[in-house]
Amino acid sequence: LHGCAPVWLEIMKWNGWGYSDSRFLFNKKGQAEFTGKRYRLSGMIIPGLKDWFEGTFGANLQHKTPPTPLLTNTAVPPATLNEAFVEEVKSTGIPFSHDAEDRVFRAHGHCLHEIFALREGKIGRVPDMVVWPSCHNDVVKIVQLACKHNVCLMPYGGGTSVSSALECPPEETRSIVSLDTSQMNRILWIDEKNLTAHVEAGIVGQDLERLLNESGYCTGHEPDSMEFSSLGGWVATRASGMKKNIYGNIEDLVVHIKMVTPQGVIEKSCQGPRMSTGPDIHHFIMGSEGTLGVVTEVTMKIRPMPEYQKYGSVVFPNFEQGVACLREVAKQRCAPASIRLMDNEQFKFGHALKPQVSSIFTSFLDGLKKFYITKFKGFDPNHLCVATLLFEGNREKVLQHEKQVYDIAAKFGGLAAGEDNGQRGYMLTFVIAYLRDLGMDYYVIGESFETSVPWDRVLDICRNVKARIIRECKDKGVQFPPLSTCRVTQTYDAGACVYFYFAFNYRGLSDPVHVYEQVEHAAREEILANGGSLSHHHGVGKLRKEWMRDTISNVGMGMLKSVKDYVDPNNIFGNRNLL
Amino acid sequence: MGTIVLFTPLKLFDPMLKKRDDFEDILEERRTSSDLRYALRCYTPVLYKGVTPCKTSVLKSMVLQSDQLHYVINQVSKESGRAADDVREEASAILEEMAHSLQLSTVRFFAFMLSKVFKTLFRSICVNEEGIQRLQQAIQEHPVVLLPSHRSYMDFLLMSYILYTYDVALPVIAAGMDFMGMKFVGEMLRMSGAFFIRRSFGGDKLYWSVFSEYVKTMLKNGYAPVEFFLEGTRSRTSKSLTPKLGLLNIVMDPFLKGEVFDVNVVPVSISYERILEESLYARELLGVPKPKESTSGLFKARKVLSEDYGSIHVYFGQPVSVRSLAEGRVNRCQFNLVPRHIPRRPSEEIQSFVNDSAYRLVRAQEENMVLKPWVLLASLLLQNHHQNRAAGQKPGMALDELTTQAVWLRDVSRQYGAFLHWPDHTSPSEVVSSGLSLHRALVRVCEGRVQLAVEQEEELLSQAVVVLSCASYRNQMLHVFVRPALLASAIHIASSNQKRKTDVFNSFSFLRNMFSSEFILCPGATVQDFEEACYLLVKTGVLQVTQQEVLVTERGHRTLAFLTSMLDPFLQGYQVVCRFLCEEDTETLTEKQFIPAVRKFIVNHLLAGRLRYAEVLSSDLQKNALAALQRLGAVRKIKGYLVKIQHFLTQL
Repeated sequence: LHGCAPVWLEIMKWNGWGYSDSRFLFNKKGQAEFTGKRYRLSGMIIPGLKDWFEGTFGANLQHKTPPTPLLTNTAVPPATLNEAFVEEVKSTGIPFSHDAEDRVFRAHGHCLHEIFALREGKIGRVPDMVVWPSCHNDVVKIVQLACKHNVCLMPYGGGTSVSSALECPPEETRSIVSLDTSQMNRILWIDEKNLTAHVEAGIVGQDLERLLNESGYCTGHEPDSMEFSSLGGWVATRASGMKKNIYGNIEDLVVHIKMVTPQGVIEKSCQGPRMSTGPDIHHFIMGSEGTLGVVTEVTMKIRPMPEYQKYGSVVFPNFEQGVACLREVAKQRCAPASIRLMDNEQFKFGHALKPQVSSIFTSFLDGLKKFYITKFKGFDPNHLCVATLLFEGNREKVLQHEKQVYDIAAKFGGLAAGEDNGQRGYMLTFVIAYLRDLGMDYYVIGESFETSVPWDRVLDICRNVKARIIRECKDKGVQFPPLSTCRVTQTYDAGACVYFYFAFNYRGLSDPVHVYEQVEHAAREEILANGGSLSHHHGVGKLRKEWMRDTISNVGMGMLKSVKDYVDPNNIFGNRNLL
Repeated sequence: MGTIVLFTPLKLFDPMLKKRDDFEDILEERRTSSDLRYALRCYTPVLYKGVTPCKTSVLKSMVLQSDQLHYVINQVSKESGRAADDVREEASAILEEMAHSLQLSTVRFFAFMLSKVFKTLFRSICVNEEGIQRLQQAIQEHPVVLLPSHRSYMDFLLMSYILYTYDVALPVIAAGMDFMGMKFVGEMLRMSGAFFIRRSFGGDKLYWSVFSEYVKTMLKNGYAPVEFFLEGTRSRTSKSLTPKLGLLNIVMDPFLKGEVFDVNVVPVSISYERILEESLYARELLGVPKPKESTSGLFKARKVLSEDYGSIHVYFGQPVSVRSLAEGRVNRCQFNLVPRHIPRRPSEEIQSFVNDSAYRLVRAQEENMVLKPWVLLASLLLQNHHQNRAAGQKPGMALDELTTQAVWLRDVSRQYGAFLHWPDHTSPSEVVSSGLSLHRALVRVCEGRVQLAVEQEEELLSQAVVVLSCASYRNQMLHVFVRPALLASAIHIASSNQKRKTDVFNSFSFLRNMFSSEFILCPGATVQDFEEACYLLVKTGVLQVTQQEVLVTERGHRTLAFLTSMLDPFLQGYQVVCRFLCEEDTETLTEKQFIPAVRKFIVNHLLAGRLRYAEVLSSDLQKNALAALQRLGAVRKIKGYLVKIQHFLTQL
């Protein structure tokens, strides 16, 4: 019985990010292009990318590291099946599979080491079986059977984890069953009086928005991974969306959650907007990372679709000024739907990703803009940085809001730099993950990671973590200077979310992934030493487990452990994340 | 450019492996080209990550507007009931009094003047250029702190002079307020980069806050390297002094709080072949009070200009990364929960980290101190002086005998890792006589015999001046020998032939503890020091150490005798201080009266021949001994009076 979601599997890459038809490549002329038809950048030539790529990483198009083209079934360890469990699942009629491809597809997230191994055709411990429940009751049955037969369950949503959360614990001896929620993807009802929607947790972000849009609504929850990540995954990791300034993060958006655990189903009895009934049980569920049960249904707030959207961008003479501006915007609580500040390296990177312009007029205009900023305004191209903005709401308010924000920006030396730059910035959010695959074709590996930090620490943490990455790469024998860059992606009253990107050319290294991991580890230590959090929204998974105790204290660990011990005493949900 | 963590075990254990840079004489060029042109030449130092130099007024306003100072001003205002503006005025006044006002014109003036002065006083000023290059590099990458050793008033002018010569960014220098007393000179120094701090401001929150913020602002923004003396004051004895931690705490703070990625600390070792203040120091130690710094006094010192002070060696050590020092030692998360601008007492973890780092840095200074042959001669002559006196023999020793012994000691000290500058292509006798001639104020050579310039009939204090001056040269090599010497003395104490290792270790540990204010001995490193001493003595064939026993080899006796005699004056000195406290009525003795009283007691002992070491008259030794007795619990200070714990004292 081959997988029940064959369509999905066929249109997705098995060893890289996203859709099979969409990828970056250097064509015969050595120009970069982005294939497919799905994105605005699709089918376009990106003339600046080659020079940037070679210049930044010291990479060379002659030195290729192509991936293993096909998954060989022999590389996949044979499935350890719990026959009794399989039999009973079969009798329920819930679809399942132990096909190698299906299992491998669900054995990983998108951490560098996971993708790197796949590209090399190396497969570790993978689930022994995949089941596709199609509703809450299916999940209840599967969990009961798993408890009965002592089978390890690992919930699987969109597979976009970057915390090793989907990695099968190698020490697990029981049969591991991947519980794929992708078939639970319906909107069950929309309540226009209360502006809520009741949705099955397997729905993927882009489908949820599309379906709601058909009724004139949206959730406004747009994490960068929204094309592929699922509602259940958001709840399980405490996700954050780009437009949280208007709509809130996942914890602000959920009204009701239903989760199936080995002890039974946990849910609240009503949908009151706020309750004083002891610690909020939702907060045991949110961020539980699949260790307690499977989220099956969620009631979420919805909003009418915004009537007007406007992108924008501001150029600052340097990163310090940019951060000061964001801080002021946060202080005045007038942040637009999204406001992000890229540092100089990322600004240059974004510049390199400009597609070929069709008209001479546009390129003339671009040249003029550049001249104005660098020559007339005296911004140093090696220091300037750019903020991208997204405003949403009714037209009048948006324009008013826009003026307010640009006025603040002006106080910090910011110059409005046009809608186009802003829009391209957000578009890049979705294609940036594809770029890693391109890098990996040419000896370049990299990753991003995030943190949240109080305002007074933002500049210090950015400087120190970037410097630490460069230092560690050098110490670990990386032959070329790494790309080490950051951006501020969210603002809060008391701090900000900061993203770091780092990548390097690994030619000459015998174990690049190990080096990569050491550097990332050091960078995380640096983040913590500078007052940053262990994670803002990626979660802990297994990748960051070692720092949990220091992060939440012994007592905190004890509290979480005792919850786990009560809810799941036999560790049926045995992905070993978090604790 | 690699920065290193000091004292990897290998480096500690095999001093022979130490690699040191070559020196270059910077006066050579000065003697052949125009000083004026040199003073007016183009000076364009590279700065930290290309910052543009900022005006002192901008710097001051940055300090006054800092969050930290704001906080403290409000706090002081609340506590004292004074208006915040009033307190702010005071802070501003403190800053005015403190701040440097570096001006290139003044620096050029000094460059010109000092060229003239240095050429008359010194034969050469030798600098390791590789060290300068490392420093250049460090300045571009990180905020830099310069930590020179402090043996002379000359030190900081010399430092700036050298940095100017090599086109390196000029430092701002923490100087004691006493300089400010010298009206004109004080201002000149200020304009050449000195800033002035009061000697004591213990409880003054506002002062501390202005001061620390001022230093941190300069450091964080990389406007200039910050220079200060870890030892706090000039060492009158040429021994390194126990490091002071205040400023080191301040300069490490920006790193610990994440305000900069790293801070590089550069120990600098300045060795004088002949110290300008030589006899001045000796007099001071003997109780003739230190002359107050005054401009006219400085001019009186002009007669020093006519003398020959040999050469100076300045060694810029390997930059030490504070980040690497703190790696695995300090949990920087401790600053996460309180806003960083609120001043807090450093945690115990940080205090001990800063203290350990300070000792490491002083040892790094010591390691690169250049020893001249005269240092060996002074040690040998002093030992000889005391032995002869005890045996009632004719004073002095034959010149060839001295030469032979010096050659022996040269080889031994090299084995122990001393940075000895013994000219290789000159015959030993020439080396010896040139050393003696430079120090003719301290030694006398007649009829082929050499002796200290001490006349038997002279009054005791004048004799002591010579002995203490000589001792200060001997002290220059103490850091090389102190650990083996402690071991040698410990072996000496364990009288029987069967020397059990544990007994020797216990005696070593006791002596080490007792002398921990006298010599630079890193706190808590007893075992390490013991092992290091054993290693050296075994390696040089003096000892054989088994699991249980310590055996002295046949040829080891000479070295052991030398080492024990080196430490003997200190041992005797501490014993006399002990005896003084036992025998004298100290009930009404305050700490202030202690020195004169013990001095009188020692003079009597010396005159009666019960004590042979005149150097015990050194107030430095007496203070250290008292500190040791307090540390060991034999004496306690109660309301300013010294209270002895009799049974402890008698035990000692």
